[in-house]
Amino acid sequence: MAQTTIEVCSSCETSTVTQAVEKAQPFDTILIKKGTYKEYNIGITKPLTIIGENNPVIDGENKGEIITIQSDSVTIQGLTVVNVGTSYTTDYAAIRVVKSENFLIKNNTLERLFFGIYLEKSNNGKVLNNSIQGDAVNEYNSGNGIQLWYCNKVEVANNEIRNVRDGIYLEFSDQIEITHNKSTNNLRYGLHFMFSNNDTYTNNLFENNGAGVAVMFSKFIKMYDNVFKKNWGTASFGLLLKEINDSEIKGNIFEENTVGINIEGSNRIEYSHNDFKSNGWAVKVRGACYANTFTKNNFLYNSFDISYNSNINDNVFDKNYWSNYTGYDLNKNGIGDVPYRPVKLFSYIVNRTPETIILLRSLFIDIIDFSEKVSPVFTPDNLMDNNPLLKPIEHD
Amino acid sequence: MLKILKYSFFDLMRSRWSYVYFLFYLLLGVVLLFLNNDLSKAVITLMNVIIVLVPLIGTIFGVMYYYNSKEFTELLLAQPVKRSSIFLGQYLGVALSLSMSLIIGLGLPFVFYGIFNSGAIWDFSLLLVTGAFLTLIFTALAFVIALANENKIKGFGYAILLWLFMAVIYDGIFLMSLVYFEEYPLDTFSLVATMLNPVDLSRVLILLKLDISALLGYTGAVFQKFFGTSFGFILSTLLLVIWVAVPTFFIQHMAKRKDF
Repeated sequence: MAQTTIEVCSSCETSTVTQAVEKAQPFDTILIKKGTYKEYNIGITKPLTIIGENNPVIDGENKGEIITIQSDSVTIQGLTVVNVGTSYTTDYAAIRVVKSENFLIKNNTLERLFFGIYLEKSNNGKVLNNSIQGDAVNEYNSGNGIQLWYCNKVEVANNEIRNVRDGIYLEFSDQIEITHNKSTNNLRYGLHFMFSNNDTYTNNLFENNGAGVAVMFSKFIKMYDNVFKKNWGTASFGLLLKEINDSEIKGNIFEENTVGINIEGSNRIEYSHNDFKSNGWAVKVRGACYANTFTKNNFLYNSFDISYNSNINDNVFDKNYWSNYTGYDLNKNGIGDVPYRPVKLFSYIVNRTPETIILLRSLFIDIIDFSEKVSPVFTPDNLMDNNPLLKPIEHD
Repeated sequence: MLKILKYSFFDLMRSRWSYVYFLFYLLLGVVLLFLNNDLSKAVITLMNVIIVLVPLIGTIFGVMYYYNSKEFTELLLAQPVKRSSIFLGQYLGVALSLSMSLIIGLGLPFVFYGIFNSGAIWDFSLLLVTGAFLTLIFTALAFVIALANENKIKGFGYAILLWLFMAVIYDGIFLMSLVYFEEYPLDTFSLVATMLNPVDLSRVLILLKLDISALLGYTGAVFQKFFGTSFGFILSTLLLVIWVAVPTFFIQHMAKRKDF
């Protein structure tokens, strides 16, 4: 059976996308020409390739979901999808993929949306080079940019996501690769993981999101070379880890966040070659965190390097560079001769009485910090970096 | 007044102490940059120096100058010159020459190091401006103390005590009261308490630039408004001006009534 191409334009034989989809045989190609198509609830139930030429616009007029894919091997490329309906009972999406495999969603622009790309129980697909621009104001009536729910082996790369609730949201999704995405100015999280294991995210940029990035209740996550920037606010973190085990955090940059990494109930995580720069708190340890290792990280000009809320420590800090280190190196091996204590008494006081933050860098605080450094009482006495480096590490 | 200002200013410019002060800052700047090799870090260290040392030097120098030039002042008083212009002239002469030593002394090494091509330029300028304000405030306070005390030793004692109180003890009491009353809403109190001490005020002004990400971590509408907008910056600057104006007014007021 020969594959045919069906053209869609306002003066063509088929003037709507819905008609074209109905008419098409499996594995046909639908070519949509430039123009605006006021359609919604386009259900695709056979393998099709839908290509938009010169950015045709599909306008849902806020009536509901726009494209629903319920078939394997569907490609959607080069479309501009706008005005997805908002509902409080149904999660309308611009493009939804349901129980399908081998899908490809590429080079699309999604605007004025509720949910952007919603992948549901779908595997082995790709979501590439899409631009998603929401207009979210409140959390309760806005949706996520890219949502994955019970998905496996999906690649999410080079997407730009702005102004939605959660930039990328993963729930019960394993072996997902998230690379080179830009998730900025989102209402809640730039990236949000729940109950998702064995996922990798690399080279992404998360900037100015309401609460940064949250990784919760997941295992074996690899986080490499991402940038977490300018997440400011009272409940705002560069990276929030809750109940995360056996993961690797490597080569990331945390810059100007209120809290660089907030760790709660996370065990056996390796932090190495990260840069923590000008954060309020570089790392905030909330408790129940065991056997984590911090090696070869740069801690540069943070207001507080590490903060603990108890005086028990089971984590290892070794061979990091701390810009607040004041020791010396007599044998010139590049390693300071005096251990560095990253937890200050003042961070303990601020944990207890948050208003005291206003006394930051006062001479009196320096004096009490010094006395605590000499004889630790409130802060964990075994928490120190025995081999603090004298020069910042240059990561390769 | 301008004449007296000019006289005091050039008198001080020629004096040994101005040079010592200038050289001290020059050395400090050079050493800091030499040891750190990093502008951002040097700016942080410098901040600690400025909020502690500048008030101390301002106070001591102000008191010292007043007592040293007392005979000359009495001579001037015999002339047909307004009293307020004599004292204000002297005060401004001291304060301006001190600020100049500070700005040039610290500025030179940083300029040579290339501050103009660095992102730290605004932080650094803010530091210098704050330093100048602190000099003006504490020299004025020193003049007030000196005018109130004929006894040199007493005057010096009070001046040192004033510095110790503002730089260290005040924050101690402040911290204790915050911890003690931690169950109550404290954000307005802590902001007001900060405003009442010029050292804390300038510290917060600098924090607004250096540690804004940490300051925004605290939940509280008043803090949020203060730190999150330019409101905090404007208010702090305004209060620093008031902190200069009030003691200056006292100098004038006391100078008018004092018996010599």
